[in-house]
Amino acid sequence: MTSKTIDEINEKISDGSAVVVTAEEMKEIVEEVGAEEAVKQVDVVTTGTFGAMCSSGVFFNFGHADPPIKMQKVWMNDVEAYTGVAAVDAYLGVTQISEKLGIEYGGAHVIEELVRGKEIELRATAYGTDCYPRKELVTEITLDDVNQAEMVNPRNAYQRYKAATNSSNKILKTYMGTLLPNFGNVTFAGTGEISPLNNDPEYRTIGLGTRIFLCGAEGYVIGEGTQHAPPFGTLMVKGDLKEMDPEYMRACVFPGYGVSMFIGIGIPIPILDAEMAKFTAIRDRDIETEILDYGVPRRGRPVVRKVNYEELKSGKVEINGEEVRVSPLSSYSVARKIMEELKRRIEKGEFYLSEPIKRIPVKSEFKPMRQKEIVVVRNLMSPAIKIYEGTEIVSASKLIIEKGVNHLPVVDREGKLRGIVTSWDIAKAVAKGRLERVDEIMTKDVVTVGAEDPIEFAAEKLKRYNISALPVIDAKKRVLGMLTSEDISSLIARRG
Amino acid sequence: MLLHLKFDSKSVREPVISKTTLEKNTLINIIRGSVGAREGELVVEIDDSRADEIIEYIKGKGVDVTKIVERISKDDERCVHCGACVSICPVEVFRIEEFRIVADQDRCIRCGICVNVCPLSALELPRF
Repeated sequence: MTSKTIDEINEKISDGSAVVVTAEEMKEIVEEVGAEEAVKQVDVVTTGTFGAMCSSGVFFNFGHADPPIKMQKVWMNDVEAYTGVAAVDAYLGVTQISEKLGIEYGGAHVIEELVRGKEIELRATAYGTDCYPRKELVTEITLDDVNQAEMVNPRNAYQRYKAATNSSNKILKTYMGTLLPNFGNVTFAGTGEISPLNNDPEYRTIGLGTRIFLCGAEGYVIGEGTQHAPPFGTLMVKGDLKEMDPEYMRACVFPGYGVSMFIGIGIPIPILDAEMAKFTAIRDRDIETEILDYGVPRRGRPVVRKVNYEELKSGKVEINGEEVRVSPLSSYSVARKIMEELKRRIEKGEFYLSEPIKRIPVKSEFKPMRQKEIVVVRNLMSPAIKIYEGTEIVSASKLIIEKGVNHLPVVDREGKLRGIVTSWDIAKAVAKGRLERVDEIMTKDVVTVGAEDPIEFAAEKLKRYNISALPVIDAKKRVLGMLTSEDISSLIARRG
Repeated sequence: MLLHLKFDSKSVREPVISKTTLEKNTLINIIRGSVGAREGELVVEIDDSRADEIIEYIKGKGVDVTKIVERISKDDERCVHCGACVSICPVEVFRIEEFRIVADQDRCIRCGICVNVCPLSALELPRF
């Protein structure tokens, strides 16, 4: 059983004898010679990913103005940065949007412009203190002018990600791209078998202190990322913005959603023993995820089906017996370039591996938010005054007066919703002198809501369709109650 | 071939497409259309081999005809080859070839959906 240490590998890098291969090459090698033999042949496997990573940003120290200012608010090209830390320190997040341009321009664009050597406007306001008397500041700066520009990303390099589709009848513009109606397409993120964490699924070599390629610079893993929940692992990373290359970091806008940034990450995996060789042989078909339905605007989006990265990368998946086209959202092309570049740097002795000083958890839970109350339709709905098809309009009008309601859902003998009649429909029928049965005047295409839907969802439906009540139905279309705009206003009155 | 047809207040009331189909015994695919109060616009696809005579006939009906040569264009400096566009295009202009996104412009019907989908704003539909 061959085994080596990171120190031994670094010595080989130093004398130019280390064998470095990309994750793509490693899969072929292990398949051909087996894991035991691969340890002898290979020292390092390079991995890569290049995708939009919203949880990213940069800490700046601008240096002191004269007279000095303790920034209370600060903007870079009209994009606000957080300065609730020391006087001239601030954190600019990539997704923060411009106060003038909206979602067309944001923190990511400011960061990319700085890396490209451009000048940006720095504007700050303050309340003024004895030690920091200045209250306003406007100046222009470049990346060279700031003391530090340290990229610190709380959540990067998602190991795998849930794919997205849309069952609803409208186009959805999401952080998973544009989702066409009626399962019109599927989108997915991540680079699968070449993505760093998939090649070290037990996080033996990727941990706090692991040296990585971050947007062209030498960066470090500084712990597990936020929402880390293996096998959906994430990393927190840092690196010096001043050493970064715009080729490996690109500002982007997901139309209708907002700004984000494509971040390039490459991680070298030392092949310490046969287990590591086996890990790095992982294939797309072994990496499973789920396709979620973004057509349901809930936290618990329904799973449409299970899927693996091989299927996703094939460009087509089957949903409900139909072939649906798939879009990747991460760039495999740039991820491969990162693997090659990292390989080149290690081979040339420009990049050494580091031993993690603390491992990241292999088990971790991703909890939902604790909320005071989630009001669902069931909590607010009123009993429905149902009528059968064939009811005469005269008796329906009596019922409306008697029960003091404006809406009567029309049901069949099994209690299933067939239509709805409002007091307005009846008034209109009377005015026209038509006094027959309700089926002739009812609206058949009824907008409905589910009992467990959140109240916000119901309110949005009332507004979108410009109506004042929704029948509440179950999966079999049986009427459980009515939700009216009065029911919702009573909630607001209660909260007020 | 794609044509852009512009109707004025007179020609907009004529069944020009139906007449062309019957008279010229040719199939016309309507890609896009909009009719305003006093004018209208259509984008149609016609048989390439008979383009000249079909265009001549439509022009004779008082309709302004422009050949659409400009299709979707991709700025390769901006494109990072993610693939967000590939599942969006109704006529499959975009495909992944050797890990890169390739655009087959000849297929483009100028619907413009992809322009608002690209996260890098790398797609543009030139005016014709």
